Amino acid sequence: MPESMPLALAEAGPRGAAAKMSIRALDFYYGDNRALKNVSLDLPDRQVTGMIGPSGCGKSTLLRVLNRMYDLYPGQRATGEVLLDGENIIGPGLDLNLLRSRVGMVFQKPTPFPMTVYENIAFGVRLHERLSRTAMDERVEWSLTRAAIWDEVKDRLRSSAIGLSGGQQQRLCIARSIAVRPDVILLDEPTSALDPISTLKVEELIDELKQDFTIAIVTHNMQQAARCADQVAFFYLGEVVEVGSAEQIFTAPRERLTQEYITGRFG
Amino acid sequence: MPDSPIHTNKRFEQETRRLRDMIIEMGGLVENQVSLACTAVIERDAIAAGQAVEQDPKVDALEREVEQFAIRLLALRQPVADDLRHIFAAIKITGDLERIGDYAANVAKRSLVLQHAPLPFSLSGLSHMAVLVQDGLKKVIDSFGEHDIAKALEVWRADEEIDDIYNALFRELMTYMMEDPRNISSCAHLLFIAKNLERIGDHATNVAEIVYYASMGQPLAEARPKGESSALLQTPDRAGEE
Repeated sequence: MPESMPLALAEAGPRGAAAKMSIRALDFYYGDNRALKNVSLDLPDRQVTGMIGPSGCGKSTLLRVLNRMYDLYPGQRATGEVLLDGENIIGPGLDLNLLRSRVGMVFQKPTPFPMTVYENIAFGVRLHERLSRTAMDERVEWSLTRAAIWDEVKDRLRSSAIGLSGGQQQRLCIARSIAVRPDVILLDEPTSALDPISTLKVEELIDELKQDFTIAIVTHNMQQAARCADQVAFFYLGEVVEVGSAEQIFTAPRERLTQEYITGRFG
Repeated sequence: MPDSPIHTNKRFEQETRRLRDMIIEMGGLVENQVSLACTAVIERDAIAAGQAVEQDPKVDALEREVEQFAIRLLALRQPVADDLRHIFAAIKITGDLERIGDYAANVAKRSLVLQHAPLPFSLSGLSHMAVLVQDGLKKVIDSFGEHDIAKALEVWRADEEIDDIYNALFRELMTYMMEDPRNISSCAHLLFIAKNLERIGDHATNVAEIVYYASMGQPLAEARPKGESSALLQTPDRAGEE
């Protein structure tokens, strides 16, 4: 297994876009357990990076590092560098609230707040910005429109978000994460609890959102990675085994381990 | 990349093996058809000619079977990486084999016309070409069955020699036709036969390229050896006028 991705790929994504986030020699520990080992990977600006690999390979751990969610838990630490526009976000003295407004996250199961649809969006925005009522209305509409759910909820903005379907709830969560206008959106298996049509809607949305945002998506669904991602990274036992364009990874992977995993021959 | 271990889903493993076996079976059938067609010409064997023609519908039916099976695998299994490349290869190869079968049937049919025609010259050139073409076809089918890239490359490189012999045969047959107009009919048929054999060689070369791609994940980078240049050859009596 190579120690890290080839340098040529580390410098630029499949379409040569500059890196929005650069992960360099990242190690991560849950106590004494080293869950990420010397990971180096770029998230190219306004592209989708798909992260695949068997359970426990470190891909979700990496997402948790990218917005420092691990800070909430004692005994977890990261070493190395994670550069967001050149600034190391795992260094000391960083404003975590500001970081999380720049790097949003959506989880496997939809997590709407027990509030109205409107408040689900406005709540996060108020933590970072003071907006007039009109400006907030506009922000809510913009977010819901960008998340392709506006038409479905515009007449029930004051109803509870809990009443929405699973697929609508997940798109609401995506709307909530983009409402603070982040640079990067992290999606951790965002469609694993959704039906096929809702899944396709979210995938369509990801395709739209990459025009404005840099996206990282963790998925166990190979076809989803193939459909959504520009760049795909395969993780195994906490290491990056291979990074390449989705086309290259799914037609002619360079590494034997990648080939065995994606074709279902994992030994 | 070397062969992968067995697929976690045993049925998929069995299905990909079945697809490979179908291609090998079709290859064997086509190999036999070409052999019969060559015997029909060289030995002037009408029975062999009839058998070669009779096999053609079987080859066509196998092609349809392979295509249907491959489409089914693509739809139901959504294969990626080497699985995808091998199924794609099977679809391509079955098309090449079907064409080879057509050429063999064509050779066999023309051999029947030549059965009783006087041939006041040797067929040694054609015979040599037939041996090389059959050898290449056998090797390339083996290379698919065994994932043997070296063998595929051997076939790919050998096509140039077949083309050279074809070009030489073209000149030779043109000369016979000019020497005695009574040779024109038989030589015209022999020219078509030689051309069909040359095309069989080309299709074997295609198969070699596909076998290479399926195993390696990238196309053959070198330019394909292509020596068939009869279109550029001058007729012997006009050669040297310029």
